[in-house]
Amino acid sequence: MISELVVFEPKLAHIVLSPLIGSILAFLIGKKFKAMAGWIASAAALIAFAITVGLFQKLSHGSIFEYKLFQWMSVGDFAVDFTFRFDALTAVMCLVITGVGSLIHLYSISYMSEDESKHRFFSYLNLFLFSMLLLVLGGNLLILFIGWEGVGLCSYLLIGFWFKNLSYAAAGKKAFVVNRIGDAGFLLAIFLISQYFGTIDFIALETKIQGFTDPTLIVPILTTIAFCLFIGATGKSAQIPLFVWLPDAMAGPTPVSALIHAATMVTAGVYMMARCSFIFDLAPYAMSVVVIIAALTAFVAGTIAIAQNDIKKVLAYSTVSQLGFMFLAAGSGAYWVAIFHVITHAFFKACLFLGAGSVIHGCHHEQDMRHMGGLAKKMPITFLTYLVSTLAIAGVAPLSGYWSKHAILAALEQNPNPYLASMLNIIVIMASITAVITAFYMTRSVAMTFLGEYKGHAHPHESPLLMTLPLVVLAGLASVAGYYGGDLAHFLESVLPVNGAHFHLEDIKSALLHSWPAFLGMGVALIVYTQLKELPNKIFNMFRPIGKLLQNKYYLDEIYGFVIVRPLEGMANLLWTKVDQSVVDGAVNGTAAIVDMSGEAVRSFQTGQVRTYMVFMFVGMVVIFGLYLAL
Amino acid sequence: MPLSNYILLSAVMFSIGAVGVMLRRNTIVVFMCIEIMLNAVNLSFVTFSKLHNDISGQVGVFFVMVVAAAEAAVGLAIMISVFRSILSVETTDSSELKL
Repeated sequence: MISELVVFEPKLAHIVLSPLIGSILAFLIGKKFKAMAGWIASAAALIAFAITVGLFQKLSHGSIFEYKLFQWMSVGDFAVDFTFRFDALTAVMCLVITGVGSLIHLYSISYMSEDESKHRFFSYLNLFLFSMLLLVLGGNLLILFIGWEGVGLCSYLLIGFWFKNLSYAAAGKKAFVVNRIGDAGFLLAIFLISQYFGTIDFIALETKIQGFTDPTLIVPILTTIAFCLFIGATGKSAQIPLFVWLPDAMAGPTPVSALIHAATMVTAGVYMMARCSFIFDLAPYAMSVVVIIAALTAFVAGTIAIAQNDIKKVLAYSTVSQLGFMFLAAGSGAYWVAIFHVITHAFFKACLFLGAGSVIHGCHHEQDMRHMGGLAKKMPITFLTYLVSTLAIAGVAPLSGYWSKHAILAALEQNPNPYLASMLNIIVIMASITAVITAFYMTRSVAMTFLGEYKGHAHPHESPLLMTLPLVVLAGLASVAGYYGGDLAHFLESVLPVNGAHFHLEDIKSALLHSWPAFLGMGVALIVYTQLKELPNKIFNMFRPIGKLLQNKYYLDEIYGFVIVRPLEGMANLLWTKVDQSVVDGAVNGTAAIVDMSGEAVRSFQTGQVRTYMVFMFVGMVVIFGLYLAL
Repeated sequence: MPLSNYILLSAVMFSIGAVGVMLRRNTIVVFMCIEIMLNAVNLSFVTFSKLHNDISGQVGVFFVMVVAAAEAAVGLAIMISVFRSILSVETTDSSELKL
């Protein structure tokens, strides 16, 4: 639906500029006064949040704020403006980005207090906010793409923040390279759109596509574009086959994992899909592929999470799995449900990551859950907030995760896509099983971390207020956010097609009944990991191949290494030693050698004796005259 | 006297000069040989001018003489300067430009 009301609003630029200026100041001032960096960056984030809230309140139903900074380029009929646009969808995303972002900035002040290069950290963090806001505020695909690349860059910088550890630096590089593959797809999509439709502005594009009298004519090209866009989304939002970078991205500091690799950046793919919903809606074949990939991702990542022992790895795979859920909704045409899950997920997953950070901080940089346990008494606030978020992600009513996940499953069941008709049942069952698995592995992480006896050697302690406060706020949001599902659907109506599931609040009794998958998974996990502690090992030994398979992440890294990385390296080696070293270097060195040799030969003529030169001159003259006379 | 005699004399003078330039080591002698070559050329100029009844050949001679005078001045100056630094005017002794 295209809104009529477009209002000029220069404050949009302030939202974007605030973190950019913050980034520069945090670096320059923070370099000298280390303690200031965090506060400067947090202030910048909070300012952006405040402006966003102000604009959000002014945004009436169906209106759009717009601010054109300048015309960027104009080639013939094709023009690109540097335009920011703020509609309901952008408003929601901005609120989440700046809101959760501010909390994580505050948390980081305490978490990173002992780090040497804080100014670098906070500068990157603010730069990330800047890029992410550019991504959601961009009025056309190209600005979105700048943000898209910007967040990728910041992600790389922050994963490899402790670059002195070589494996961390390698993780950053992996994230960057894998993302590049997806970005190539995204770029192709932009090229295709500009070639076939002559504009990349969202509103103009939507008008143009809806203006076709016979939409079936453009379905093939739209399907291609949708595929390319989705390839971009699989990279940034960690879907099969490009999800392998996200678990490795846990090398970064934990607040980074919370902000970039759980709450905001990885949901960029979902946002992009919602933003381009007018393309995807006309490409049912591509949509069916989205759903299948999403279901597979959710299931595969969920099963891997069961067998992980690193607390952050569990959460990372959980994020991949939940992103799969978001794409299930988006692929079913229920974009607002996907955005709903983006929001609830941002709250509870950020809370879980920050909780994990608090645990890691309290246990002196221990991340292996087998060396934890019994932390509930020592870190009560962390425990309670982590527990609330676990209940939320598991889908226990009335916490937020239940409502969004329920809406996703409802949307999935009503998926009208003809290409999916035969498989829909299997996909719904897979999604439901994944929901149970989610409850299982999250409860497992709670049991291993907080319950039982402490098995480590450190002296765990509760984190300071600056860290626990964001936890409490996020846990609070994670518990109540679900009740605003209906409002969200209504609010997004002006931007997104409201096909798919309709949201209705059930009464608490039936909601509790409907959360049985969560209770099932949690119950089993609780019994297994608190009472029958030998059972996991026994099961692991009984089904050793499967256990190994899960523990080693389906050997995906090894497969990719064997199928893609090794041949590439081999080819590069071949090119290096054979083509570069022998052919290219050979040509260069050969030229030099020829010059050298001819020089050696000719230098014997240079005797330094004037008489010799005269002889040469006369002989030459005689030869020339001889030739002249002879011819 | 036929004109060919003049050409013959000119050729002989030129050859003597050329051989002198190539074989003698004393720079002053080399210089004198160059003068002989120039005069051989002058002679041929005048001869051909007479043959073709064209005055421009004789004009060329004046130019050659001017150049020869200038060359003698510059050349002797260089020779004095070389003699001051290496105390010799033998061409074999000034071979600094050899690698």
